[in-house]
Amino acid sequence: MSDRAGITRRGLFRGIGTAGLLAGCKPSERPPTTTEDPGDAAGPGPGEAALGPGPAPLTFTLNGEAKTVEVAPNITLLAALREQLRFTGTKVVCDRGACGACTVLIDGLPRNSCMTLAHDVAGAAVTTVEGLAAGGKLSVLQQAFIRHDALQCGFCTSGMLMSCQGLLERTRGQKLGREDVEAAIAGNLCRCGTYPNVVAAVLDAAGGSA
Amino acid sequence: MQPFVLSRPKTLAEAAELARASSQDSALRAGGIDLIDRMKEGLEAPARLIELRWLGDAEATMRALGPEGEGVQIGALVTLAQLAAHEGFGEAHAALRQAAGSAATPTIRNAATLGGNLLQRPRCWYFRHADLVCLKKGGTACLAVGGENKFHAILGGGPSFIVHPSTLACALTALDAQVEIRGPEPRTLPIAELFVTPKQDAKREHALQPGEVLVRAILPKPAAEQRSGYAAVKEKQSHDWPLAEAAVKLSLQSGVMTDVRVVLGHVAPIPWRSREAEAVLEGKPPSEALFAEAAKAALAGAKPLRDNAYKIPLAQGLLREVLHRVAGVPLPE
Repeated sequence: MSDRAGITRRGLFRGIGTAGLLAGCKPSERPPTTTEDPGDAAGPGPGEAALGPGPAPLTFTLNGEAKTVEVAPNITLLAALREQLRFTGTKVVCDRGACGACTVLIDGLPRNSCMTLAHDVAGAAVTTVEGLAAGGKLSVLQQAFIRHDALQCGFCTSGMLMSCQGLLERTRGQKLGREDVEAAIAGNLCRCGTYPNVVAAVLDAAGGSA
Repeated sequence: MQPFVLSRPKTLAEAAELARASSQDSALRAGGIDLIDRMKEGLEAPARLIELRWLGDAEATMRALGPEGEGVQIGALVTLAQLAAHEGFGEAHAALRQAAGSAATPTIRNAATLGGNLLQRPRCWYFRHADLVCLKKGGTACLAVGGENKFHAILGGGPSFIVHPSTLACALTALDAQVEIRGPEPRTLPIAELFVTPKQDAKREHALQPGEVLVRAILPKPAAEQRSGYAAVKEKQSHDWPLAEAAVKLSLQSGVMTDVRVVLGHVAPIPWRSREAEAVLEGKPPSEALFAEAAKAALAGAKPLRDNAYKIPLAQGLLREVLHRVAGVPLPE
């Protein structure tokens, strides 16, 4: 193979992006959280808890691992996952809750991470597509997706997987029908039209894991 | 989104006071689906979001879902997914369960709340365009008049021609719900009084004042043999706003229908109660011919714009379908 094999598209962008970011604002040099900043006109009144507008600490569980990050209130969970934590498996597509590509599980429920503020998940358990393959081995659902050719371009796939994972978790041991899967993925748009194969994959995975 | 402060008061009193004191520059946030959308689109840039989800246990009413006396209470923070899955709704309140389960997408329903659904802003594309100043944003004219108005009002329009965006509103109006509002002067009102017509005030869709918070909806004790139903027509089966909705409630005793409520959604700037259709149905035995007459009466006053006359037969057909289903009369071929 040529030298290019060692360069990935993501790696290249990541290198450029980090350099650019560091020049602008190193995380350690960001202003402290304004929770107790008396100089800020928009700051909190006496007594009630308030965060921001600058970065404030956020602690939650990501794929079973405790994480603490400094993130501003106006940052979505999607942006925090991808740009701060570098979990880029969750995809940005419409950024308005219309397509489902950014779906993650929050305390087991499929949610649009683009319409969720990062600080909404304080103390919660978040599962992204990276959390499905325990120990580097693809999950039963992921293997079924491959077997049934349940993806083409792949943009919807991580969100599709999370909606289906949510379904499998909340119906564990129950017999699933085609309509259960269709209802579960009603918020996930696939422009390639892989829906029938997704349904087949989920039914297969449900049978296999039951 | 512009930077903002995220306030997390523990009590409703604190939240309401904070909202009142900073009403020009703050927004109350529950599920936040519509609010975040408006902020991303540049329609609003509040300096402070006041979170209702972080209210303490003292405000358990806002999360309640279950019996209240002989009726049902639904806290403002109850999600659409919780509503759709609630097993306490019988035939009497089926319309609400059906409406909640049909709105948006499963993922959005896991976040969106009753309160937010009722108080969301219109989906009109002129209103949603950050660069356009329509009547609702202080302009002089509703841009749907003489513009692209396929999705706009055919009933009760003018001077604004939005359609009310809330799916729950249609069902809750049919079920004679009351809404409880906490603020400087706590009040409970019939849900129909929550909604503001454009003739009353074209800039707003609800009657809440700064510092007022919608706490819960209450469904009254159902009448004997009460049943209800809801349906919507959309261009897409999932994740689309309805072209038209119909919600019906009635009691069927000794072969006649009583306490009939007929409400159409997405045809008017408020959930559109059709007293004309109710008058046709009240006290009569259900039949295919009667339902057709009621549907005709419901749309008799419609004044379509250039692109939305299709909504008239659509709403008529939908209403007939829901009436057939609720009354148990087989659908005609």
